Amino acid sequence: MDLINFEATELRLGLPGSSTDEPEIKSTTSPVNTNKRSSPEMDSNVSDENGSSRSPPPTKAQVVGWPPVRSYRKNILQGRKSDQPEMGSGMYVKVSMDGAPYLRKVDLKVYKSYGELLKGLQEMFKCIIGLYSEREGYKSEHAPTYEDKDGDWMLLGDVPWEMFITSCKRLRIMKSCEVIES
Amino acid sequence: MVYSLPEEVLEHVFSFIVSDKDRNVVSLVCKSWYEMERWCRRRIFVGNCYAVSPSIMIRRFPEVRCVELKGKPHFADFNLVPEGWGGYACSWIEEMSKAYPWLEEIRLKRMVVTDESLELISTSFKNFRVLVLSSCEGFSTDGLSAIAANCRNLRVLDLQESEVMDLSGHWLSHFPETFTSIESLNMSCLGSEVSFSALERLVARSPNLKTLRLNRSVPLGKLSTLLHLAPQLVELGTGAYSSGIRSDVYSSLSKAFLGCKEIKGLSGFWDVDLSYLPAFYSVCSRLTTLNLSYATIKSPDITKVISQCPNLQRLWVLDHIEDSGLNALALSCKNLQELRVFPSDMYAADANVTLTEQGLVSVSQGCTKLQSVLYFCHQMSNSALITIAKNRPNLTCFRLCIIEPRTPDYLTHEPLDIGFGAIVKHCKNLNRLSLSGLLTDRVFEYIGVHAKKLDMLSIAFAGDSDLGLHYVLSGCKSLKKLEIRDCPFGDTALLANVAKLATMRSLWMSSCAVSIGACKILSQKMPMLNVEVIDENGTLDSKLDSCLVEKLYVYRTVAGPRSDMPGYIWTMDRDSSSRI
Repeated sequence: MDLINFEATELRLGLPGSSTDEPEIKSTTSPVNTNKRSSPEMDSNVSDENGSSRSPPPTKAQVVGWPPVRSYRKNILQGRKSDQPEMGSGMYVKVSMDGAPYLRKVDLKVYKSYGELLKGLQEMFKCIIGLYSEREGYKSEHAPTYEDKDGDWMLLGDVPWEMFITSCKRLRIMKSCEVIES
Repeated sequence: MVYSLPEEVLEHVFSFIVSDKDRNVVSLVCKSWYEMERWCRRRIFVGNCYAVSPSIMIRRFPEVRCVELKGKPHFADFNLVPEGWGGYACSWIEEMSKAYPWLEEIRLKRMVVTDESLELISTSFKNFRVLVLSSCEGFSTDGLSAIAANCRNLRVLDLQESEVMDLSGHWLSHFPETFTSIESLNMSCLGSEVSFSALERLVARSPNLKTLRLNRSVPLGKLSTLLHLAPQLVELGTGAYSSGIRSDVYSSLSKAFLGCKEIKGLSGFWDVDLSYLPAFYSVCSRLTTLNLSYATIKSPDITKVISQCPNLQRLWVLDHIEDSGLNALALSCKNLQELRVFPSDMYAADANVTLTEQGLVSVSQGCTKLQSVLYFCHQMSNSALITIAKNRPNLTCFRLCIIEPRTPDYLTHEPLDIGFGAIVKHCKNLNRLSLSGLLTDRVFEYIGVHAKKLDMLSIAFAGDSDLGLHYVLSGCKSLKKLEIRDCPFGDTALLANVAKLATMRSLWMSSCAVSIGACKILSQKMPMLNVEVIDENGTLDSKLDSCLVEKLYVYRTVAGPRSDMPGYIWTMDRDSSSRI
């Protein structure tokens, strides 16, 4: 397929003559080669990051169930990608809450701080979660913990947020009483 | 005067006849053989759980010990089958719990299993030994607790790729201290940590444990402990294959592997830290199965591993192996029978891997025993396919996935018709084929003419017209399972081959050109088929015969229409009953 240079006639955000790194949203029905990586959940098409010297090729529509790779396998590879910060790629981790029958998933990239994350989790599970403080103990019934890269279970909040999101593999909202006992 | 053998003798003879096909043939000889056979059949395989009902099975075969059932269509693996479709094991397990008190083995694939069912299994069958739940869902670790607590003689617990609601790792602790019979435990799909001390104690008291597949959360540091307790292991699935910077983990792991003289198969290897790879080199020479498909190991490290495994028969790997690694495979592994190469990056066209058609050509040349191939790649050519076909006429399973739909031969820009044509022409025993790339009706003509032993065919984004489908349905004598997506196949071919559908297990067609009118005609003509139209969006107008259906699943059955269909499935019965 020919890649026609659309640069001169492209609609862009920003002043004419300036190159842009901003993502373009285009949709197309015909599948075309692209360097795009994105989570399978995305419906809209986001173009590639390297839109610098040549015009980005038209983006590919995400086809349901294609390529024929099982979700389990896709998730493993997706999880690996979240180690490298990428545009458009979600950093989904599982969240379990003690007593709840189903697990959920959150995209850590959506949040900018622990506070935002806890708020999001509280919305999801309809509960109150508090960070532990040496002085006051637990402020609520539930305590947020996470599993890090080494497989250890850690209490949320000790490390800087950026460090946390790169090392967090999954979250678990424990009952505060269990945390104290263990 | 008819002379016949006494019953006891016949029964003894029948006990050597194991395959279902042979047993079915035996039962057709005469009435008395039918009667004899049905009383002594011990194993049942039901390829489509809706093809027959539990009561019909129980009525005919009263003394069954092992049951295997499959539920959802294969395309459910790729999220093409909506939630709530069906495949419920519940009614089967309930009826078997009453009728088969001596049942020993249950194997389920792509079915929905509840905790209640698991509990029922654990309490109903006193001699229960084998539970395999492959790609199943609907149950939690609570159900596993019941199995662990109650199945005193359990030999096999295999949760292969099932989706388990992981409430806690404590289920493992429910195996009583007196429980020592486990031979095979596969919990690789579980997410949460299991209680390691419980696992350790279980392994320590299970002398017959031959297969152990751990889940990702079992740290590498604990693996050597387990290996020391179970040096008799034959199949091992590691947990995460990395650790902090602790040198004693490496040395104790290496020592532990040295002690395992029986290991023939390895899997697991999530999150691989390359520095720990050499720890298992001591078992490589004995390996017949190696699954590195979750491990990001690139050349030259992967080549180093493979060249130490001369007895390898089965290799599952990511495309990081690249052509160079596959060349090494072709040189080192002369006993290779099965190769699966999975994509590491599914959406990038020029991913950072140099895996092309050349790798597969090398393997087809060097590995003369190669029978089964699953290969994801970005480019293919007719000449490569022809070479592969001529090199390996003994192929029985050929599944090629060129990641970009409708990709032509990258050298000639032609469709890949003649390439796949060569495959079906030369590989006369081919029983499974998956197509991809740019394909016209021509490839289906070749398939219809040559693929006489083909049992299962998967087609996507291929063909030009109904003729393609017609070639397949009219030509492939042995075809049992046909799954098609995004092809311009429609009414004409379907209605011209209705009788064929009754000889097949199932047909799946999604995003094709089949109309609701054709589905009505098919239903009317073929009462032994269930014709199920999936209309997820609710846009189907069943009064408008020309309206195209989104997804169609047709299968033969002796059980009539099923009673557990979700609201989004349309059938003729539902349609006509709603009009009355």
